[in-house]
Amino acid sequence: MAAYVLPFEKPIVDLVSRVRELRALAEHDRKLESELRRLEEKAKKLAKEIFADLSPWQKVQLSRHPNRPYTLDYVERFITDWTELAGDRVFGEDSAIVAGMGRFHGRGVMVIGHQKGRGAKDNVRRNFGMPHPEGYRKARRLYDLADRFRLPILTFIDTPGAYPGIGAEERGQSEAIGACLASMARAEVPIIATIIGEGGSGGALALGVANRVHVLEYGTYSVITPEGCASILWKDGSKAEEAATRMKMTAPDLLRFKAVDRVVDEPAGGAHQDPAAAAAFVERAIIDALKDLSTLGPAELAQDRYTRFRALGAFVG
Amino acid sequence: MPWPSKKTGGLDAHEKQSFGKGVFRRCDGCGETMPSEAMEANFEVCPHCGQHHKLAARRWRELLLDDAKLDEWDADLAPADPLRFSDGKTYPDRVAAAQRAGHAKDALEIGRAKMDGTPVAYGAFNFSFMGGSMGSVVGEKVARLFERGVKHKLPVVLLQASGGARMQEGILSLMQMAKGVAARERLRDARLPFVSVLLHPTTGGVAASFAFLGDVNIAEPKALVGFAGPRVIETTIRQKLPEGFQRSEFLLEHGMIDRIVSRLDMKAEIGRMLRIFSPAAPPAARSSRKLPELSDPE
Ligand SMILES: [Zn+2]
Repeated sequence: MAAYVLPFEKPIVDLVSRVRELRALAEHDRKLESELRRLEEKAKKLAKEIFADLSPWQKVQLSRHPNRPYTLDYVERFITDWTELAGDRVFGEDSAIVAGMGRFHGRGVMVIGHQKGRGAKDNVRRNFGMPHPEGYRKARRLYDLADRFRLPILTFIDTPGAYPGIGAEERGQSEAIGACLASMARAEVPIIATIIGEGGSGGALALGVANRVHVLEYGTYSVITPEGCASILWKDGSKAEEAATRMKMTAPDLLRFKAVDRVVDEPAGGAHQDPAAAAAFVERAIIDALKDLSTLGPAELAQDRYTRFRALGAFVG
Repeated sequence: MPWPSKKTGGLDAHEKQSFGKGVFRRCDGCGETMPSEAMEANFEVCPHCGQHHKLAARRWRELLLDDAKLDEWDADLAPADPLRFSDGKTYPDRVAAAQRAGHAKDALEIGRAKMDGTPVAYGAFNFSFMGGSMGSVVGEKVARLFERGVKHKLPVVLLQASGGARMQEGILSLMQMAKGVAARERLRDARLPFVSVLLHPTTGGVAASFAFLGDVNIAEPKALVGFAGPRVIETTIRQKLPEGFQRSEFLLEHGMIDRIVSRLDMKAEIGRMLRIFSPAAPPAARSSRKLPELSDPE
């Protein structure tokens, strides 16, 4: 994985690489061990300090970090018997959404997630995680399939948004997303959504009509990207940082507005510093949610989702 | 507004004066000038070329509803300010200004009405209220519209014109899409029809939720309806969009809508469809799987 370091990560990354160098030396020179331990402690403390006080914009940057674990990184760690399924049966296959069946702790599940690419070439194929209608129609097909075979649905949200292009409009991006919302609303199986990176707008929500919605500590979820918000409000996309603050799109606010039900911790320095640990936290939260929902029958699961979303909103009168 | 002098050349002094006061109007489609009353009497449809101009909510009631009568539901629901949002001007200030200008609390009116004799649950977006954007109030009213449709066994007719989700309410406005669609699905389960009427312009969160989930989708001529706004698409793909892109005719050609219907024919069209959808037969007749007898054409 190519090294990519955000400016505010730099002190931590520098320290971590010094720890690494010292560790190699300490193998031959025991006298360095106490110095090594001191540096390790310092790195941990520094990460904690810096990350305790991140601005919303810094969290947006973390949610988009190119080294961040993506859907398939989670699948690899806690889905067994993974069997990817492709195609919308209408027009094509869209790799910006990855989907398949497999087992989660022994139980058959359907997994559907946005998938960003690693590096330029892969990102062309994945379209930077921005789906076309085919991706949403594949998702919809599999929501319905999961419903028919009573498979719980696990979704992973990580997209800047649905792709705004000519082909996408010609082939009904709006209808494709709307139909996903409808199928998710109707499904009589447990649905757990986890926002693992950025949750951009309707293109994210098409995977988000769940009984339980989890967000990673540095994940975001918003009605429009901060850049889009800034360009509409101030005709100036460079004011994205300010828009990120005003839109209240980070985990604590999302929890407060009940748009998400649980914030999942990330390892020190963010999910990309320790993908295995991040996956373990995500996995734990899904286990809890499935256990929670296990008392509900099929119709009750759909009703639970209805009640959850029906209650969202703020108005007077 | 500047007017090309050759268009006004034939007018006498008196008319020119009235022209400045807005007694005359120019069509956005063919550029023809005409007395304002001619356009108004024709519900803002140009008598020369058929161009549809924006129509106020009150005029829509006049056009579509029997006796122009709407028993409005939940007219008092008003926006809160969950984000304490400001973009230089506060959200409550923007709302207050829109409320004063529009004589309504928010961008959607809903209620019970009759359309060409058929009782319906009717909703209409008002684009002039903050671009018809969907925040919590609009989302709540959409959900109630469908729920009341189920409760009172009424078909739902919803006129949409919206720039999308209301940014000022942040993530809560996104959630309204899910809420509205979930309620729409309840109407489906109740086997009641939903006629989705797409007006100019409808994009973003409204387009990408219930707008295309009608049992029948109809659009006004030349209405711009799509997921992304044209400006966003042009910025993304770095090229000019073709003429007619995302317009009703484009949607029809790509299979996204059933019909393009002139505003002036809409009441008759919707009325006819609703009568076909919901014959007077009681629900029991349906479950017996027995179809109504055919009668000879008159
Ligand atoms: Zn005209």
